This record gives sequence, structure tokens and C-alpha cells, in this order.
Amino acid sequence: MLQIDLWKRVLIWLVCAAGVILALPNGFYTRVEQANDAAAEIIAKGETPERLEAIGQWPSFLPSGLVNLGLDLRGGAHLLAEVKVEDVYEARMDALWPEVRDALRPERATVGTFRRQPGPADQIRLKISKPEGMARALEVVRGLANPITTLTGVGANDIEVSAQGDILTVQLSEAEKLASDDRTVRQALEIVRRRIDEVGTREPTIQRQGADRILIQVPGIGSASELKAIIGTTAQLTFNPVVGRGSDPDAAPGIGNKVIPSLDEPGVYYTIEAAAVVTGEDLVDAQPSFDQNGQPAVNFRFNTSGARRFGDYTAENIGSPFAIVLDDEVVSAPVIQSHIPGGSGIITGNFTIEESTNLAVLLRAGALPAELEFLEERTIGPELGQDSIDAGKIATIVAFIAVLVFMGLSYGLFGLFANVALVLNIALIFGMLSLIGGTLTLPGIAGIVLTVGMAVDANVLIFERIREELKAGRGPARAIDEGYSKALSAILDANITTFITAVILFAMGSGPVRGFAITLGLGILTSVFTAIFVTRLIIVMWFERRRPKTIEV
Amino acid sequence: MRLKLVPEKTSFDFFQRSKLWLGISALMMVVALVSFFLQGLNFGIDFRGGTTIRTEAAELVDVGAYRDALAVHELGDVSITEVFDPTFEEGQHVAMIRIQAQDDGEAISGEMIEALKATLETVAPGIKFVSVESVGPKVSGELIQTAVIAVALAIGAVLIYIWLRFEWQFALGAVAALVHDVVLTIGVFSELQIKFDLAIIAALLTIVGYSLNDTVVVFDRVRENLRRYKKKDLAEVLNISINETLSRTVMTSVTTLLALISLYVLGGDVIRGFVFAMIWGVLVGTYSSVFVASAILLKLGVKRDWSKPSNTAGNQFANIDA
Repeated sequence: MLQIDLWKRVLIWLVCAAGVILALPNGFYTRVEQANDAAAEIIAKGETPERLEAIGQWPSFLPSGLVNLGLDLRGGAHLLAEVKVEDVYEARMDALWPEVRDALRPERATVGTFRRQPGPADQIRLKISKPEGMARALEVVRGLANPITTLTGVGANDIEVSAQGDILTVQLSEAEKLASDDRTVRQALEIVRRRIDEVGTREPTIQRQGADRILIQVPGIGSASELKAIIGTTAQLTFNPVVGRGSDPDAAPGIGNKVIPSLDEPGVYYTIEAAAVVTGEDLVDAQPSFDQNGQPAVNFRFNTSGARRFGDYTAENIGSPFAIVLDDEVVSAPVIQSHIPGGSGIITGNFTIEESTNLAVLLRAGALPAELEFLEERTIGPELGQDSIDAGKIATIVAFIAVLVFMGLSYGLFGLFANVALVLNIALIFGMLSLIGGTLTLPGIAGIVLTVGMAVDANVLIFERIREELKAGRGPARAIDEGYSKALSAILDANITTFITAVILFAMGSGPVRGFAITLGLGILTSVFTAIFVTRLIIVMWFERRRPKTIEV
Repeated sequence: MRLKLVPEKTSFDFFQRSKLWLGISALMMVVALVSFFLQGLNFGIDFRGGTTIRTEAAELVDVGAYRDALAVHELGDVSITEVFDPTFEEGQHVAMIRIQAQDDGEAISGEMIEALKATLETVAPGIKFVSVESVGPKVSGELIQTAVIAVALAIGAVLIYIWLRFEWQFALGAVAALVHDVVLTIGVFSELQIKFDLAIIAALLTIVGYSLNDTVVVFDRVRENLRRYKKKDLAEVLNISINETLSRTVMTSVTTLLALISLYVLGGDVIRGFVFAMIWGVLVGTYSSVFVASAILLKLGVKRDWSKPSNTAGNQFANIDA
């Protein structure tokens, strides 16, 4: 009958109390946020009096988890980028070409002379002058392949070598392409993350989406263009031997060479060898600095292998120019004056201080392995976000009061019980959102408002049932008990079906829609909990104290 | 004294004119479909690609001047609408500019946005772009697909759940009501040409959930009453069940509508379309659980003898009275 074990009562109140305490920080959002930021800075950069003061704004014994505000509420930028994974195939082939050349050179007696032919960028096409030596050429080039491990193929190699007539074709194998795509996206993800961290913004979301996409959300940033400027610049640094200098952009570069413009001298084009001596990947550090004339410049340092290659190259080519190439533009093309050991150097050019700082950041964060194409971008200004929060807040409060009054008018004392549960319900939603680090979006606020409306449903079902039982002549205790047990199946069925839709929304949706699914789903859980445990407990406690002979619902 | 929206005891006959109601529903669905196929939906950029810019300026919005200023950029189809909202402050004049998707798969470039802003500043000095959203045509196609799958999955999952918990006739009735609600909601968006974007899909799924909630409560009572009144014919049992749950149906609809209407009026223009869809959905969903779901259940008929457990053999969930 109307008995609830003591331990259950304690447990129910504990859950409610936990919900309220977890929700509490959200009531003092700015203060807690400042305290949290200060705490993070103290760990990262050490204590200062201001930080200690900021941290003192919120007592440390209280939880400090906050509901994350979505971009539509806080303002910020959202980008969906597709990684052009095919770019890497081309770079791989360009890197392989010298190896192929070196391997075939000693075989000239059998294969004759050979030339690289123009063809698709993700292939090396070789024409050999003695087609009868093709078998040997295949054997030699195949010897360059490395075995790779895949889930399906045992003994697969990273390159596929085939021959047709006097043309030998080298390309990446399908398995290697798959593996390469995955690596590329991961690497791009990591670099994007590092670049955004370098700028130091609050709680960026950087996620892989699907096979080759990256979702980037940065709250508080001015615009998507600004964000793209930080991450999108490919900052591909290479050091290439210079073949020639001229003013014709369409000059025939010759196989293995390419023509690229100068960064700061208009109309000047350099012909350089496409295969780089050293690339930005070997870079371990880059710092903004000044050259001997006091012009802004960037100091850099290579890792050991990069330093060795750079040292060897400079030792062998004293007197010839080499190009410092940034994103296919020649920053400068100094003549090598002496052997440069130790692997450090300086990039000079017509930089402003800001440009040299940005360049250093980009170099330090590493080069993106492939180009990013932006498929979706959204910028939400902070004013609009604040307007939405304000409007949402007022709407929620008004909705809340309207429902409270309506429930009070309709069910009297029992309505008040339901109202207590409704207040706890909202606290529980916010508490759980803070606990799981959920994100509140504008549709999410709508989800909460909808929950306010629908949360009373379970109570309405129960109260209506109690009314029916009373009408049927049952005593108060019996009516309450029956009301609860008979309404239960309807409550569960109705809420499970709604919950199913919330789960599907969560799984299929993204961004704001997902925020809506979270609040809707949590709202269903908490409203069922408050209806069948909290209101019931309140009613039982009231009943035990008053022992009414008759009740009116 | 209690506020009672529904009298203590009601005995409306909901099936007296069930043909009429089903007819009206069918007619409304036909109208919705005709509108959908003739004029289609006013898809937002989520679904057809393109760019929307929300501008804010101190002066009144002069749509013609904006349009003339932007014409130099040759962006193709550009639509400019002024936005009004009671929550705006004095001197806050908002416009939405929508630009069709440009050629390639990418979103609009940052330089273009800056250029547009510079142009607009000549007609509205100090104009601010408070939000810029751009979706490339490549993604928008996928978003449509995902949305359709989501709605279909939701309806399918529900069909299965109700079938397991009740009987297939109930499931069909419930799903017919759901399809009815979804079609009418899409119809209203097509008829009034309200912007249809991703958030509306969320609203649609919520409507699915809400309508179902209502239907399941009625069905739960039908199941109970079928066991209680074994001799009465189905129409009578359905009528009793709907009457018994009527008070609850109205109460829940009213509280939900109270909450939604306050959000509609005060929640700002950004989510007004979304809230509109939900208000419409609550109204239609409440109607459909009585006049569509139950009417179809009546047409399909239902197995009456729930007392023998052997009848539910092979359906292990049917007997769980949770």
C-alpha cells in the first residue's frame, strides 16, 4: 500500500539533492566560469593574485561543472571541412620518384634509358627505351614496395607496379590508399587541433566526421573566416634546389621541376626541383625574431635527420641558390654561402611583425598533409547568442509559471505537489546536463520548455486515475495506490516511445538538433523519475502526517 | 474549487461521424500533398545549399536598396526579408539575406562576405552581420537524406515497439496517425511557405513523439477496457476509453501548448518556425490520436479475448504490464 521503505526515501531525496547541487553552478554562470578559467590557468601558467581572487569567487567544495553553451547561444564559428585525401597520393609519388630513379639507374644495361612521362598526378609513368627489359624493371621497382598490414589482405604492398608495352606505371595500392586516407585525416585533425590550441580559445570542438571530414566549432571567435585563416593556411614549408629564375609563369619547367611565383617580388618566377631537400615536417621549432637588419624574420630548427640532409646539401652546393618555399611561393632564394651544420636557420622576407608571428605559429603547428575544402560554415555573433539566451530565459520562466498556475488551479494541493516535482525536474535536467558536459542550444531550450509542458503529463495521468478511483468509491489510500499502479503502464509506454524518437534524433542529428535531442531525452528520464518517485513520496509523506478521511484531487 | 476543462463525466460518441472526420483528414492530406508537389517547400540553406546572412542596422531596412547594392556581385538568386519581433529593442532593424548556392561544392568564401558587407555599408552605414551561415551543395544533399532517414527510422521503430507491446492493429493505427501528422505538418510548411530547415526536422520528430504519446495513452486504456468489457462491441469500448482519457488528453495538450505559446511569443524569431511546427503538431497530434488512430483501429478490428495467455504466444512482451 502506501509504504515506501526508508532507504528508498533517502535515496530519492539524495538524487534530488544531488541534482540541485549539480545544477547550482549554472545559476552563477559568469562567476563560476571565471573561477574555472582561473583554475585552468593556474595549472597551466602558475598562480597570480588576480587568478587566486577569481578562483575564490566560487567555493571549491561545490561542484563547478557547467552546462556548455552551444554556438547559437554563445556565438562563435562552425566549420565542416573535407580533407582532400587525394593530395597525399601525389606527394607520395613525388617522393617516390627519386627512389625509383636511383633504383633503375644501375640497370640501364637491361632497361635502357628511361623518362618520366606526364600522367595522372597520383601515378608515376615511366617510358623505358628497351621494352624487353621490362621484366627486370618491374622486379627492381617492385623491390621498393613495403608490405602493409590490413584487416583483409595478407601480404599486400603499399605500391602497385604494372607494365603496358614500354610504359611502367607505379601507383599506391587500394589498401594503402585506405590506410593513407585514414592517416591523412587523423593528421589533419591533430594539426587543426594544435593550431587552434596555439591561439588559445575556450572549449573548441574538433571532431572527425565520417571518413574524411572534420567538424570544427570554436565558441567566442569573431567569424568563420578568422577561424579558416588560423587552420586553413597550409603553411607547407619546403627547401628546394633552384634551377632557374625568370619572369615567364608558363615556362616549360622540365620533368620533375616546377615553376612557382615569388612571394614578394611581383612578376618573378622561379623554376625549382619539385622534390624538396628538407620539408616542414622535419621542423622542430620556429620562433619569430629579427634579422641582422632589424627586419622581422622567423628562426627555425630542424630535427636530426632534417639537419643532416640540410647540412649535406649546403656542403655540396656552395655557391648555388636554393629556395625557401612556403605554400608554393618562394619566400626567398638565397645563395648558399657556406656549409650550414646544426640544422638551424632564419627565414627573411618582407614580413611585418604580425606576419612573422603567424608564420612561426603555422610552421610550429606543422603542415596540413592535404588541403581542406570547407563544405559548411556558420558564424553566430555573440549579440545574437545573448539575445537568444535572454529571449529563451524569459520564455522558459513564463512557460514555467503558466504551467505551475494551471496545475495549481486544476488539481489543488496535488497540483502543488506536482509543481514541486516540476521544479526539481528542471534542476535535475540542468544537473545532468552539467554532469555529462552536455551542450545547451537554442532548440535545446525549446526542448526544456517542451519538457515543462509534457513533464506534468505523467502526473496528470496519475491524478486523473486517482480521480477515477475515488469516483468508483475507493478510500483515499486505496485510490492513490491504485492510481499509481494503473497509470504506470501508460506512463512507461508513452515515454518510451518518445524516448525512442529522442535517441534517433541524437544519433542522426548534429549541432543544435542534437542539443534538442539531449534535453528532450533527459527531460523524459527526469520527468518519469519525478512523477513516479518524487510526487509519490511527497504525497505519501503528506498522507502519513494528515491521514485525511477524504481527499480531493 | 477546481478548474475543469472537461466535465467530470463525458460520453461523447467519437465515431458517430467517423467517416466525416476521416474524410476531412484525407482531404487535408491531399491538399498538403498537392501543395507539396506543386509549390514544394521553402527549403532553408541546410537543405539546398547557399548562404544566409542576418544583418542588424540602426536604420530601417530598405529591402530595395539592399537588393540594388548587392546586384553588383552577381550572386544569382538573392532574397531579402525584413524580420520583425517583439523582443527587438528600439532601433534594432534586422534583415535576413539569402543567397543561392554558388557553383562549386564549397561554402561561400570569407572574402566574399567581407565584400558584401562593404557593399551594404554604402546603403546602411554601421550594418552588422550578426550571423552568417553557409552550406555547400555537397552537404545539403546529404542533410536531406539524413533527415528523411531519421523520420522513417523513428516511425519504423515506433511501429515495432507498439506492435510488441500491443497488437499489429494498434501499431498500424498509431503509425497511420503519425503519417497523418507528418504529412499535415509538412503541408502547412508548404502551403504557408515557411522556411523549412534542419530544426523543423527535429520538430517533426518531436511531433511524432508527442502524437504517439497521446495515442499510446488512449490505446493503453483501450487494452485495459477490452479486458474489462468483454461483451461490449469495439466501438463502444473505444468510445468509453477515449472519454475516460479525454480529461488527461486535454490537460496535457493545454499545459504543453501553454509552454509552447510562451516560447512562440517570447522566444525570439530565430526559433519561431520551429515552435510553430510544434504547436501545429500538438494540435494535429491530439486530434489524430482520437480521430485517426482510434478510427483506424475500429476499422481494422481487434482480437477481443485478452484473457488467454496462449493468444499472445510468440509475443513475449505483450503481457508485461510494466
